[in-house]
Amino acid sequence: MKGISGNKLLVKALREEGVDTLFGYPGACTVDISDELYKQNEIRVILPRHEQALVHAADAYARSTGRVGVCLVTSGPGATNLVTGLATANSDSVPLVCFTGQVARHLIGNDAFQEVDIVGITRSVTKYGVTVRKREDLGRIIKEAFYIARTGRPGPVLIDLPKDVMAELGSSEYPETVNIRGYKPSTGVHMGQIKRAIKMLSKAKRPVFLAGGGVNIAHAQESFTRLAEITQVPVVTTITGRGAIPTNHPLYIGNLGMHGAYACNMAVCECDLLFSIGTRFNDRITGKLHEFAPNAQIVHIDIDTAAISRNIQVDVPIVADAREAIDKMLEYVGPCVTKKWLDEIGEWAVEHPLKMKAKSGVMSPQDIIETINKEFDEAIVVTDVGQHQMFTAQYLELTNKKRLFMSCGMGTMGYGFPAAIGAQIGNPDIPVVAISGDGGMQMNIQEFATAVLEELPLILCVFNNTYLGMVRQWQKLFYGKRYGMTNLRAGALSRRTEGKEYPEYTPDFVKLAESYGAKGIRVTDKAQIAAAFAEARKNTKVPTLIEFIIDPEEMVYPMIQPGGTLEELIMDC
Amino acid sequence: MDSGMKKRWISLYVENQVGVLSKISGLFSGKSYNLDSLTVGTTEDPTISRMTIATVSDNETFEQIKKQLNRMVEVIKVIDFTDVFVRMKEILYVKVRNCTPENKIELFQIAETFKAKVIDYGKESLLLEFVQTATKNDAVIKLMKEEFHSIEVVRGGSVGIESISMMER
Repeated sequence: MKGISGNKLLVKALREEGVDTLFGYPGACTVDISDELYKQNEIRVILPRHEQALVHAADAYARSTGRVGVCLVTSGPGATNLVTGLATANSDSVPLVCFTGQVARHLIGNDAFQEVDIVGITRSVTKYGVTVRKREDLGRIIKEAFYIARTGRPGPVLIDLPKDVMAELGSSEYPETVNIRGYKPSTGVHMGQIKRAIKMLSKAKRPVFLAGGGVNIAHAQESFTRLAEITQVPVVTTITGRGAIPTNHPLYIGNLGMHGAYACNMAVCECDLLFSIGTRFNDRITGKLHEFAPNAQIVHIDIDTAAISRNIQVDVPIVADAREAIDKMLEYVGPCVTKKWLDEIGEWAVEHPLKMKAKSGVMSPQDIIETINKEFDEAIVVTDVGQHQMFTAQYLELTNKKRLFMSCGMGTMGYGFPAAIGAQIGNPDIPVVAISGDGGMQMNIQEFATAVLEELPLILCVFNNTYLGMVRQWQKLFYGKRYGMTNLRAGALSRRTEGKEYPEYTPDFVKLAESYGAKGIRVTDKAQIAAAFAEARKNTKVPTLIEFIIDPEEMVYPMIQPGGTLEELIMDC
Repeated sequence: MDSGMKKRWISLYVENQVGVLSKISGLFSGKSYNLDSLTVGTTEDPTISRMTIATVSDNETFEQIKKQLNRMVEVIKVIDFTDVFVRMKEILYVKVRNCTPENKIELFQIAETFKAKVIDYGKESLLLEFVQTATKNDAVIKLMKEEFHSIEVVRGGSVGIESISMMER
């Protein structure tokens, strides 16, 4: 039979989709694809050192460029190593297309070498997943995958590629159009609902805008900022929504939720209209559900029908893309009378500002983040998961040139470092700063090799408090200071001496960075912070790790006790 | 407040592809939705399967179930059968063993009353076939368990289709 192999068609399809970067790790079932990629130079192939890091890198590439992230891994363990990254992307609505190798069709079901049912394994953490069973379906399936990943509520799509299907010769046609009868993402906005919502907004005395990640995903930041300015309605955000309006904007109050600012949580408790856009009312935002925004009518704009009235019953549901809806609103809205309400919120902010207690001579996480605010006019900041993430979410300033990406819904430790790699590859001219804890940093530390070999000038900040700090915080507050499993210096010596002796922290992050050919700086004193960043910025061809030695007793405040209400904030102990 | 907890039915048009059944049932288990019964078969169009799903849920959960099903790529159409005029039946087989002659007479009476068929007959056993609503089958099973010691039950799950006239169930 004439035609081209599936492997060749795959590479052609990637080119036609405009893919310029592919994150891949090879194996027996995908070596033919590696070979096809070797023969071309339009698509840059990045080789991370672990498939989990690979998918996180593609995830941050997608978040920071607005394009679809593309992964290629082999069958079996290569595929299963994607699972955490798929769940992470699925939870935060990140468009990915992941190709997994699969054993030849006649071996499927035989427990063949490196055979797993990856479509079955990932069914609940992908937007769509499919095994290509016929060569003639390959082009259509790839076309559909890219379409499904980036439209509607974006998400990860997995395509499983049996080796023999890919070897088979067939048509070289790559379709230009998509028609999936079961998938028609909603377009347009219901004007009746928009007008109803605007009417409620104009009548409200204490309105609040709640912006979620959907505003950022839809690139609606500018429209949203204009909306807030015209209406003069104060803005709170979820953590993924942070940056929907510049954080130094007078109408911006802060983040809502478990570690949200007092004024934010109070504003939501006291508001009479909660106008929410692109959020799913996650439990970390709402606290105790039936006491969330108890006095408010709720408007909810979301692209995902299933996000509406799931956790919180809403009064006016609007299914729409955030940007389309906001742009429509801009045609009709006028100023609201909010002066008194803004003053009231201002008083709460003065009463309990977001601020860490200054301890003399001790370097606090806030000091470090504020230095980042000062040092960078333009930056992409990514974080890992834990206390450092919450500090960053609280104190990092965002503008249209300073953006923040983190694993929010899934809370995936190990996300930060590979995400920094993906963000830098997608944005070579923008400084990328990663903030991690000493725990999360070690979950994908092998990526130093990738970062060094790709000559990425990342600045990797490690907040080292020698503990898994966020869990430790819960243990300190709610578990009688029993620090089970959170002390990263614990081991044989501490068991032998019944906790009297602990060894030095391992690894030595500075030496470790150097062993990979990266730079390492250790900062123990507040006075050294700015100089460390200045030094790091001189390294334009290698990553620099800055280890900040942090007091293990640092806590993230304010905090809502798990299951508590927004009003029951613990300000500090 | 009435949460509306009750039995409900959904009719689904889905792509007739490998893994779709698993995806649908996985949604119910993964999100802790009750799944009372699920039947599936191909339609006049061999690329489309149709499912009839019965679930016991409250109003809010049921709305979520429909939305979650709707957003699945492989789901073509979701129809709520709870409050529309439909024809819906379930097949039920009941095998009764260790029958005395009196038992057999009673079983024939039961069959006549419930418009069931006695479809097989052995020395000590009888096999009955019921085609009626799932609720009526529930009642039959309850009755049979009380009356007979050794029974074997297999039921097919409801299948439904919208009525042409305004006949219900």
